[in-house]
Amino acid sequence: MKEIIVLAEHRRGELRDVTWEMISKGRQLSETIGAEIGVALLGKGVKHLAEALKSKTQRVFLIEDERLEFYNSETYEKVLTQLIIERKPFLTLIGHTAMGMDLAPSLAAHLKMPLATDCIGIDVKGETFLLTRQLYGGKVNAEVSFLKKGPYMVTVRSGAFPVLEKDPFPGEIVSLSSPLTDEGLARRFIQHMEAAVGEVDITQAEILVSVGRGIKEAENIPIVKELADTLGGALACSRPVVDKKWLPKGCQVGTSGKTVKPKVYIAIGISGAFQHVAGMKGAGTVIAINKDPKAPIFNVAHYGIVADLFKIVPVIKEKIKELKPK
Amino acid sequence: MNIIVCIKRVPDTTEADIFIDKSGKDIDKSGLVFDLNEWDSYAIEEAILLKEKLGGTVTVLSMGGEEVNESLRKCLAMGADDAIRLADPAFNGSDGFATAKVLAEAISKIPYDLILTGTQAEDDGYGQVGAAVAELLGIPHASLVNRLEVHEKKVKARRELEGGLEEVVEVDLPALLTIQTGINEPRYVSIMGIRKVAKKEIKALRASDLNLKQEEVGPSGSDIRLEKVFLPPVGEGAEILEGKPEEVALRVFNILKDKGGLA
Repeated sequence: MKEIIVLAEHRRGELRDVTWEMISKGRQLSETIGAEIGVALLGKGVKHLAEALKSKTQRVFLIEDERLEFYNSETYEKVLTQLIIERKPFLTLIGHTAMGMDLAPSLAAHLKMPLATDCIGIDVKGETFLLTRQLYGGKVNAEVSFLKKGPYMVTVRSGAFPVLEKDPFPGEIVSLSSPLTDEGLARRFIQHMEAAVGEVDITQAEILVSVGRGIKEAENIPIVKELADTLGGALACSRPVVDKKWLPKGCQVGTSGKTVKPKVYIAIGISGAFQHVAGMKGAGTVIAINKDPKAPIFNVAHYGIVADLFKIVPVIKEKIKELKPK
Repeated sequence: MNIIVCIKRVPDTTEADIFIDKSGKDIDKSGLVFDLNEWDSYAIEEAILLKEKLGGTVTVLSMGGEEVNESLRKCLAMGADDAIRLADPAFNGSDGFATAKVLAEAISKIPYDLILTGTQAEDDGYGQVGAAVAELLGIPHASLVNRLEVHEKKVKARRELEGGLEEVVEVDLPALLTIQTGINEPRYVSIMGIRKVAKKEIKALRASDLNLKQEEVGPSGSDIRLEKVFLPPVGEGAEILEGKPEEVALRVFNILKDKGGLA
């Protein structure tokens, strides 16, 4: 029987959402092609996670070892190589996350297994996969196929697949021995670190005015700051603004920054790359201002203004000053 | 400290209007401005900062046609010592894995302590080449690095995880790191700076120079193939507010009033 194996992703004792998303998609694929679905769980003291996963797949492959307490590409590669050679899964699913981006390319190269990364769609007919990915920062979608025979590896974008409720499996936890030894590793985990929190906690703000690359210069930041102040909201931003050191990391909305759920989110000069959208899609009302009518941000915004931010933002600010109840 | 940096020249599409070309397999790139991939500009800057601190050399590698020389020259102007172009029509159409094979073969012929790449490319965003090159060379790697320090034969690297969390790892040299944006502030390159390196030789290596067979590279050496590209399906999408700036501003005010956007 063919098998699909999902690599469970967990951090600090909790399974990450992408794990459930991959299991849900993997189960649907397994039903389509008549395969079984299993999940690989690597860690130390993660029996409780195995229990949580048990009814969601036919098999939980549990590999516990104190050397697996923290993710490390080298230890994971050794353990997964053994598992994949032994089980020969038709498809291995890994999250396109900080962990999967680090692990999958080298693991696939090691196993000489075709890899498609950052997929947002997976379709299968018989043995043929058709995968959907995004190019050019999400402005274009692409369909790609594998040129070689399987088994295959696919990394999956977080949030791309919904978690569907399905009948539980009886489930089974299969404990496997770890192939790791105390032999020296060329890469070692040292510690986790929290990024510094800024002066304003943007996750608590009800109104966020968020600025992106379109602001062009650090000197232009006051244009949006004044709008935020006028509204009594906080100033946030997308990644490029932090990369250029125009605003501190604590202001960043997105996958590697904060997830926010304000009542109102005004995105100014933000194109709407998925990493940003992942951090703000829970906002009540989203107003986007961008001069590119095809900017992906307009797909998630409720209201859009296609205009030059330098022309429209000051006008909006003045109008609010004029009409806002004193 | 001898450092190799792998770079890619890509079209800048951040503010461009995008159209699908006639083949249906790519966008129409005529009229687009090409530049160094954003992630790679941070990688080359980091390499030059390390060289300035620790001495040694920086060698830049890129795969592609003669147009790639423009990006390689930009890196030379930034302070790289040597540039090599992996130039063989047979390399055209390589996927991430085939590209990694070409780069790894080229790198294996150069002495190095550290290899830097961008975390991913702006155009296809596979994020695959860096870690695959490390695997093919049999050296350790760390991805999404936003800070690094070299100590003797080790490098301490900070990896960016999700939600503001970071992870510190230590990696023995030689190693490969994929660099995340924001790690430094890439220096500005003036036209004068480019002119100064205009005559510098850029070596061109072909498949035969790298002991690669034609069938190992390009589409025949690739694992995946792009079938078609299309504009993403537009969801319900935003209601576009139109009119004169004054009218749009009034609409925005009313929406904010209605939705709790006035504190």
